[in-house]
Amino acid sequence: MTTIDQKSEFLKGTLDMLILKIVVLGPIHGYAISQRIQQISRDVFQVQQGSLYPALHRLEDRGWLQAEWRPTETGREAKFYTVTRKGRRQLEAEMRNWEQISGAVALILDTAK
Amino acid sequence: MKYWLRRIIRKQGTEHELDSELRFHLEQRAADLVESGATREEANRRARLEFGGVEGIKEECRESRRVHLVETLLQDVRYGLRMLRRNPGFALVAILTLALGIGANTAIFSVVNGVLLNPLPYPHPEQLITLHESKPNFQYGSVSYPNFRDWQKNNRVFSSIAISRPTGFSLTGMGDAEQLTALFITTDLFPMLGIKPLLGRGLAAGEDEVGAGPVVLISAGFWQRKFGSSPEVLGKSLTLDARSYTIIGVVPNRPDLAEGPQPNDLYVPIGQWTNPLLTSRGAGLGIHGIGRLKDGLTFELARSDMDRIAANLAAAYPKEDKGIGASLIPLRRQVVGRVQPFLIVLLACVGFVLMIACVNVANLLLARSISRKREFGVRTALGAPAGRIVRQLLTESILLAGCGGLLALFLAQWTTKFMLKTLPDALPRAEEIGMDAKVMLFTLAISVLCGVLFGLFPALRLSRLAMFSGMKEGDARSGSSSLRTQNTFVAVETALALVLLVGAGLMVRSLAKLWSIDPGFNPHNVLTFNISLAPGMIKADPEAIRSKFREIESSLKSAPGVEAISFTWGAVPLQYDDEVLFWMDGQPRPSSAQDMNWSLSYVVSPGYLQGMGLPLLRGRFLNDSDNEHSPPVVVIDQALAQRFFPDQDPVGKLVRIDDYEQPAEIVGVVKHVKQWGLEGDERQSLQAQMYRSFLQLPDKAMVLAPSGTGVIARYAGKSSTGVFDSIRSIVRRINRDQVIFGAVTMDEAISSTLATRRYSMILLTAFAALALLLAAVGIYGVMSYVVGQRTQEIGIRMALGARRGHVLAMVISRGAKMTLLGAAAGLLASLALSRLMAQLLYGVSPTDPLTFVAVAALLALIALLACYLPARRATKVDPMLALRCE
Repeated sequence: MTTIDQKSEFLKGTLDMLILKIVVLGPIHGYAISQRIQQISRDVFQVQQGSLYPALHRLEDRGWLQAEWRPTETGREAKFYTVTRKGRRQLEAEMRNWEQISGAVALILDTAK
Repeated sequence: MKYWLRRIIRKQGTEHELDSELRFHLEQRAADLVESGATREEANRRARLEFGGVEGIKEECRESRRVHLVETLLQDVRYGLRMLRRNPGFALVAILTLALGIGANTAIFSVVNGVLLNPLPYPHPEQLITLHESKPNFQYGSVSYPNFRDWQKNNRVFSSIAISRPTGFSLTGMGDAEQLTALFITTDLFPMLGIKPLLGRGLAAGEDEVGAGPVVLISAGFWQRKFGSSPEVLGKSLTLDARSYTIIGVVPNRPDLAEGPQPNDLYVPIGQWTNPLLTSRGAGLGIHGIGRLKDGLTFELARSDMDRIAANLAAAYPKEDKGIGASLIPLRRQVVGRVQPFLIVLLACVGFVLMIACVNVANLLLARSISRKREFGVRTALGAPAGRIVRQLLTESILLAGCGGLLALFLAQWTTKFMLKTLPDALPRAEEIGMDAKVMLFTLAISVLCGVLFGLFPALRLSRLAMFSGMKEGDARSGSSSLRTQNTFVAVETALALVLLVGAGLMVRSLAKLWSIDPGFNPHNVLTFNISLAPGMIKADPEAIRSKFREIESSLKSAPGVEAISFTWGAVPLQYDDEVLFWMDGQPRPSSAQDMNWSLSYVVSPGYLQGMGLPLLRGRFLNDSDNEHSPPVVVIDQALAQRFFPDQDPVGKLVRIDDYEQPAEIVGVVKHVKQWGLEGDERQSLQAQMYRSFLQLPDKAMVLAPSGTGVIARYAGKSSTGVFDSIRSIVRRINRDQVIFGAVTMDEAISSTLATRRYSMILLTAFAALALLLAAVGIYGVMSYVVGQRTQEIGIRMALGARRGHVLAMVISRGAKMTLLGAAAGLLASLALSRLMAQLLYGVSPTDPLTFVAVAALLALIALLACYLPARRATKVDPMLALRCE
């Protein structure tokens, strides 16, 4: 199992992409994002909560996410994130990028077989 | 930027949001865990455990935002201020130390800035070049008026050139007669310097020629003083030396930087000068020139063009101009060149003082860092990254330096003001010194630099300590390694202080050497001043003038307190020079001035010998019977005797003097006088000196005497002012239109020739003393710390029977070791550095052993004292208390 940490620039980018991918589905707060990441990728990697919040703040600071305080279904106030238009473009770019890289890696691995 | 600003303002809110967001996460997680069956406590515990260090994550979230830097800076500053308030003693010592160090730098930099860095206050000052005639005895001799006109006409490199010469006029017809300072100028001078009249107009072309109508420009100061700045002044006339001049304009005060510090009242076209020698091509009348280069031309080009002109003139007028060249100096170098090396050495010295101050504060911080280890250990454990701790500590040290810098600005403001008031004439451009933006920026820059410099090392160290030692107390190893650093610091500041002490010591020795030089006469109790006769005498015949001077001389002789009196015309030692040309009797008159023999010319009365305390070596001095009716006689000095009459007795020999009709007999020999100043007299090639009788001045020179003749008086008693007052009233009584002016004692004249050197010495000594004080404080601080750290050990030793003397020796030897190391390094550094100030020294080698040994001994003494006090405290340690300490 791999742990996503802020130490690696590569994985940091991956975490950003993952977060954007989750948030793009609809407004969501930090705790829910961490739960969702765990569900999606339980066996692949684990996001430390210590890394999630700085990443959220970083994405907000860059203008890819925007945040709003609103009540949850239990009635408590929580900070909900949504993806901005700029964030969407960024996500698309990152996905394309990712596909290219993973395609290339797959190609290399295939050839090496 | 606006966005950042909003963020800072909203910072409180952001911080609160961050807190709520993370709390929400924890509570939500705990709630989920409770749902899946955990107890409330267990759920809370697990949620926290999974989440990790809340403070660390918060910090990382803040890091993620770009505005972070500014935000944490504010936070750091707030925190830093709190820390400083909590340790007012430490803060005070550190800030004061830095204020002294930075203040000294700001003060000297403001001087350097005003004098050396700021451009001269003229448009394109780099194009201005001063012009002189080079002659066999003078590299920068005066320019004759006819030569100037030819230079003006024939040069191809200057857009304009001009000449000027200081002079004086006595003003009558406006209240009491008054002596005014004036400058003879030519038309182009003010336009060239970019000086525009405040009122009226400047000189028109041709108005500076001989024979033009008498007009005058007045200075704003004179305008205000005499005319209340009334615009009606234009067209009015002034009676100057009994002639009427029309005022055509008013110019700003002191536009004549190149002419020295004396402000002028008047500017008069040089053509108005009544001296018949003005139009003589060979005359040296103290006239100097200035030119403005055409755009894009170089100094070298100007020099070669002027060489060409001088060669042409020498060919055209061999009698006067043979051997005469043109010499050029950039104006800036002429104005500030003399003080530049002094200022640079001073700047280097204050740099050293600042380094010592920094080392001292670094030492303080280091000592304090041991006690703050715990504080930062806790912060590290709570998740603060190392960089954050270093930044916090640096903010604190820059804050300290900033406070020091602020205080330094005030200190520097006061000290420069005080300095400039006490040493008026030592510095050119002194009026341009002040606190401008550049000085402020400089202070800010060195403050920040200092903060980083003295803060970085202790900060890095503390962050490392905090990282490794965590919250443990009493780590002996870290203590001893920081002690090693402190020892190094002390050695470094000892070395720095020693270098400064050596510099100061060498300057003190130079000055002592200079003061002990015999000027060749007795300068104490000699007053020199000038007298101008009533305007009515200016057009009188030579006989009447002589008899008026006789009358004045005899009444001055009887003035109370006056022991001897003499008129002087021409040279006065250390003040003015004047030359006379002669050849040996019986030989044909040499064809050109350069082929004649040159001598300094002192035209004096018989009282001069006693007045100046001049030793007579052979024959007799001038006496009352050497007057206009008797054959001319001269007295010469040793130098003339040796040069022109080697191995002969010159007394009784005849010489032909250029402006005398008859041959003159040498009647006596006196001691050589240091005409050119205490230092450097021997470097001047013109050494021969000749004394002539005032009453035997040829008629054509005598008619010039009424408009200004020198007087020297030897007086009894301590103060010259009483004597001067009685002389003044006697002169007034004879005729109220007679003026005396420009009184200066010979001692003052000598000391003003040494002013730059003396004030540099005073400043350098002051800085060295400051350095010594700071170093002593540093040594004392470290030794106190050492004793404090080793209280327990000392206690044990004493409990085991060590004697007090032994403990004392142990502590002192520890201090002695590091200061000796520092002193050795300082001596080596001084050997290398003192060579750089060689041109500031006189009669002392830059590696003068006496100075080196003396200052090293002084430093060792002070250092020992600084060690002794803490050492004595160590011997007072109560063994029982010390053992119970831990």
